[in-house]
Amino acid sequence: MNERSWDPSRPIVSIRDVHKSFGDLEVLKGVSFDVMKGEVVCIIGPSGSGKSTLIRCVNALNSIDRGSILVEGQEVHAPDLDMLELRRKVGMVFQQYNLFPHKTALENVMMAPVLVLKEPRREVEERARTLIRKVRLDGKESSYPGELSGGQQQRVAIARSLAMRPDVMLFDEITAALDPETVKEVLVTIRELAEEGMTCILVTHEMGFAREVANHIYFTDRGVIVEHGPPATFFTEARDPRTREFLSQIL
Amino acid sequence: MIESVQAYFRALAETHPKWNFIYLYDPVQAARIAEGLWMTLQLAVACVVFSVLIGVAGAWLQGARQAVVRAFVQGYIQFFRNTPPLIQLLFFYFALGQFTPTYSPDGWLEVPVISNVGWAIISLSFFAGAFNVEIFRAGIEAIPESTREAADALGMSRLQIYVYVVFPLAFRVSLPALNNNLVNLVKTTTQAIVIAVPELLYQLVSMYNDYSTSQNACMLLMFVVYITLVGVLVLGMNRWERALRIPGYGA
Repeated sequence: MNERSWDPSRPIVSIRDVHKSFGDLEVLKGVSFDVMKGEVVCIIGPSGSGKSTLIRCVNALNSIDRGSILVEGQEVHAPDLDMLELRRKVGMVFQQYNLFPHKTALENVMMAPVLVLKEPRREVEERARTLIRKVRLDGKESSYPGELSGGQQQRVAIARSLAMRPDVMLFDEITAALDPETVKEVLVTIRELAEEGMTCILVTHEMGFAREVANHIYFTDRGVIVEHGPPATFFTEARDPRTREFLSQIL
Repeated sequence: MIESVQAYFRALAETHPKWNFIYLYDPVQAARIAEGLWMTLQLAVACVVFSVLIGVAGAWLQGARQAVVRAFVQGYIQFFRNTPPLIQLLFFYFALGQFTPTYSPDGWLEVPVISNVGWAIISLSFFAGAFNVEIFRAGIEAIPESTREAADALGMSRLQIYVYVVFPLAFRVSLPALNNNLVNLVKTTTQAIVIAVPELLYQLVSMYNDYSTSQNACMLLMFVVYITLVGVLVLGMNRWERALRIPGYGA
């Protein structure tokens, strides 16, 4: 399928019957769902249920064994995939921030657009400064990651991803390593992003947050989607016993 | 001033024949020392630079996808690390030297394209380079996979990730070990004497062969020069290490 044939009336991310094993361990056993442009989707579920693996498959950090993942109509796991194009379209933020420790906050944000997109430094710097302001880190431009708190580092990581002007953002348990105080500041940033219409796929344990910002929630367990629905019904009318049990432990 | 110093040492040599500091009053001998010192410096600088370059390239090739390339690098390391540098010098100069082409600057004499100095630089650079590959590899392995992954997710190529992310971090980790190896290399340049490279040791040995009363004075100078030379190197490396230190990162 051609990229140009994609139009926003169709899902921006389309996951179909995805299977993935690590050795003998089948982590994903046929997962399917769609994400429309501008939607915020939360994936929740117990540890080891395949949530992270799933979103890592969306930007091809992991390969898949079977099934299909389309991003803007383009097969992510096609052998002739333009990897750079995919990585430009899909941004990712990790649990451990993974900033480049030898670069300042500003340099972290500027690096990929300059090196990968080959955009002029001056233009990129302007955009990077705007993004750093946007994640409320004005004044921290020349701080190194080691000098920033976890929450601040995570916001730099978000700005770094946004600097590539992605169409879809993946968030892999980005508040899991933060203390409760700083979780808030990161979630505020995500909420603003969502309000601006950024398509977001989040793997999260923040149920309150999921309920507040998500358009749709998927509950995964042992490699399959057990239950899903809009937050209004998901939290109150869960039918599956596994979902109920999980929610009762968490809420 | 200079005359009085020369006069003092000339007198000393007459009253104490075991302490003939001939290079302090005889301009011809002083010039030999200067030549030897200059050659030692050239040899040391060239070998340090080339061995570091070999280390950088080797560590990159160790991560190559092709098994043949990795095996080649491994073979190189084993060969140069497990044989004495003295034998390497002899082997390069006397064995390989026979097969190198010659040219004739005056149409009479045949001169090999690689001189003994050239062979010394080649052989010592490869010797220290083998250790440098291993030193850099250890540094690279200390960089978390997740940092590499973040760069990957931003669309950076394998080479860009190595050049801009992995190596700058790995280099900092490697510096103390590199420091040791380069100190060793500078000391090992003295072994170039066996293929008649006119470096400092060569000049001093020939000097006390010519003037046997100068032996103690020559021995003394050797220690002074090498302590100074290695001292300067270590001081420089330590300063570099400090200059590269990242605020808030590592110890």
